[in-house]
Amino acid sequence: MSSSTVRAGEAGGDAGVLAPVAPVRLAASGPRHALRAVKVVWQREMIRFVRDRGRLISGLAQPLLLLFVLGSGLSGLVRAGTGGLDFQTFLFPGIVATSTLFTAIFAGVSIVWDREFGFLREMLVAPVPRTAILVGKCLGGATVATGQSVILLALAGLVGVPYSPVMFAALIGLLFLTALSITAFGLMISARIKRFQAIMPIMQLVLTPMMFLSGSMFPLSGLPAWLTVLTRINPLTYAVEPMRNVVFRHLQLDPVTRRVLDPGITWNGWVVPIWLQVLVVAALGLGMLGVAAAQFRRTD
Amino acid sequence: MNLQTPVIIEVSGLEKRFGDVEAVRGVDFQVRAGETFGFLGPNGAGKSTTINILCTLARPTAGTARVAGHDVVTERDAVRRTIGLVFQDPTLDVELTAEQNLRFHAELYGVPKAGLSERIDDMLRMVGLADRRGSQVQTFSGGMRRRLEIARGLLHSPRVLFLDEPTIGLDPQSRASVWDYIGALRRREDITVFLTTHYMDEAEHCNRIAIIDSGRIVALDTPEALKAGVGKDRVQITTSDDEAAIAALRGRFGIEAGMHSGEVTFAVPDGERFVPRLFAELGVPIHTVSVARPTLDDVFLAHTGTTIRDAEASRVDRIPAMFRAGRR
Repeated sequence: MSSSTVRAGEAGGDAGVLAPVAPVRLAASGPRHALRAVKVVWQREMIRFVRDRGRLISGLAQPLLLLFVLGSGLSGLVRAGTGGLDFQTFLFPGIVATSTLFTAIFAGVSIVWDREFGFLREMLVAPVPRTAILVGKCLGGATVATGQSVILLALAGLVGVPYSPVMFAALIGLLFLTALSITAFGLMISARIKRFQAIMPIMQLVLTPMMFLSGSMFPLSGLPAWLTVLTRINPLTYAVEPMRNVVFRHLQLDPVTRRVLDPGITWNGWVVPIWLQVLVVAALGLGMLGVAAAQFRRTD
Repeated sequence: MNLQTPVIIEVSGLEKRFGDVEAVRGVDFQVRAGETFGFLGPNGAGKSTTINILCTLARPTAGTARVAGHDVVTERDAVRRTIGLVFQDPTLDVELTAEQNLRFHAELYGVPKAGLSERIDDMLRMVGLADRRGSQVQTFSGGMRRRLEIARGLLHSPRVLFLDEPTIGLDPQSRASVWDYIGALRRREDITVFLTTHYMDEAEHCNRIAIIDSGRIVALDTPEALKAGVGKDRVQITTSDDEAAIAALRGRFGIEAGMHSGEVTFAVPDGERFVPRLFAELGVPIHTVSVARPTLDDVFLAHTGTTIRDAEASRVDRIPAMFRAGRR
């Protein structure tokens, strides 16, 4: 070997004096390695979320406004139609459900920022399955969105929803599943977006209709036909309804009022059972994660 | 480096097309274990495309490449486990600390947890960032970030470290320190370094250099041998009438000269002995004269007919291939 690394011989700092070290032997690739990758991607999302207080505050601002400002403002107006139930109480499950929408979708599309700032490359060149990276991202987004919604859940008493442990457990489970699927949705749309300036318009175009058409702010009964169709097409409807169902089970309501305010979801007259609604959300989430994984495999 | 040293990178007939653009047009070379091997060429010559193929980030249109015995197309994960990467563009999470970036990398690559903290300490010390381990990367200078990326690229003990323009965008002092660290790690770790650069002086750090231009390797040897191969000195003069001087050089001496950095530039064997003749016979007043031994820039000029800087400024207007006649 020639002696061409002349300047390297004058290395400063500690570099020149450190003794040679034994090389690291990497663990075999396999499910355990993939799980480590999932966990560390999840951890990164947690670190970034904790660092970013602004995200938590802005994530809570909208649901709080909807619940307390829109809810109080309209409650006088709609009292006649709610059978005496406070409109805020009615809104509560819907607002909690849709509060995951923005947080989770942004956790998903944050992968566009990862691409913009180069970190996506660090993740994609690692010897791990891309699915592991995406699953880590999904779990991270779901954890953050659920955590944020738990803060809203804590306000249940202010709007007349009882603090029932069973109800809370069910709601947290449903929130996590919903957030998981929405993050997968965010990842799926991000796979094709190369410029982060393109995100905002797409978000506006997708999220706002999803929120309004989910039945989170009005009952799904007695709607015009076109609106009924749109609410049934909107996947978020199937996330809102199970949560409303859980909350209404813990309210003191006469059956007639309950039927008006929480008529359930019907497909052409057939009442869709809650378990099927939950399954729709889970299946959509899995499907979108699969599409995202396939797209990230194709783009290097 | 002798013939018993195992070959660690083996490339044959490599081609890459993007639509109509042929970025790499049939590249063959071998790198032996422990070498520092450089790809030298202007931007757009095909350096990054080649490195991306070797790192499994792009698929070749034709040809094969093996790194540490693994095919870069069919054994992607195996290749990825044996290589470390430092890209041209930064790939750090600037919101994480230096240590968190390294830890993330270790988990992703499956570095065993036992001894991991020591390994991270060691790497941070090696690149002089041990005291900044807890700082967010967004507080780091460009040079510090690059050093952290080098430490990260080495964390999983790769057998080959790929550095794509490792000092691009850095000030001269940071560039020098990055090279110090690369030199230090070569003495510590049993590693092959493959790098691309368009800085001539940096190519001097390599054991061997492949000069790449327009997707082809035009020369491949040690820096010393490449420079010796030019066999001519570079003479630069300023005159009262450059055009007349160029014409006179062609007419009286049979030398093709060109304009470089505002001076009439040409190559002759034994430059010092030529200068008195030049003054006597040129017939155009000469203001200044300088004679220089061949540099890698001249090597590039000899093989491609242009300097790297001119090749980057314009890939169309090529100056006369004045060194070309002198090739071995």
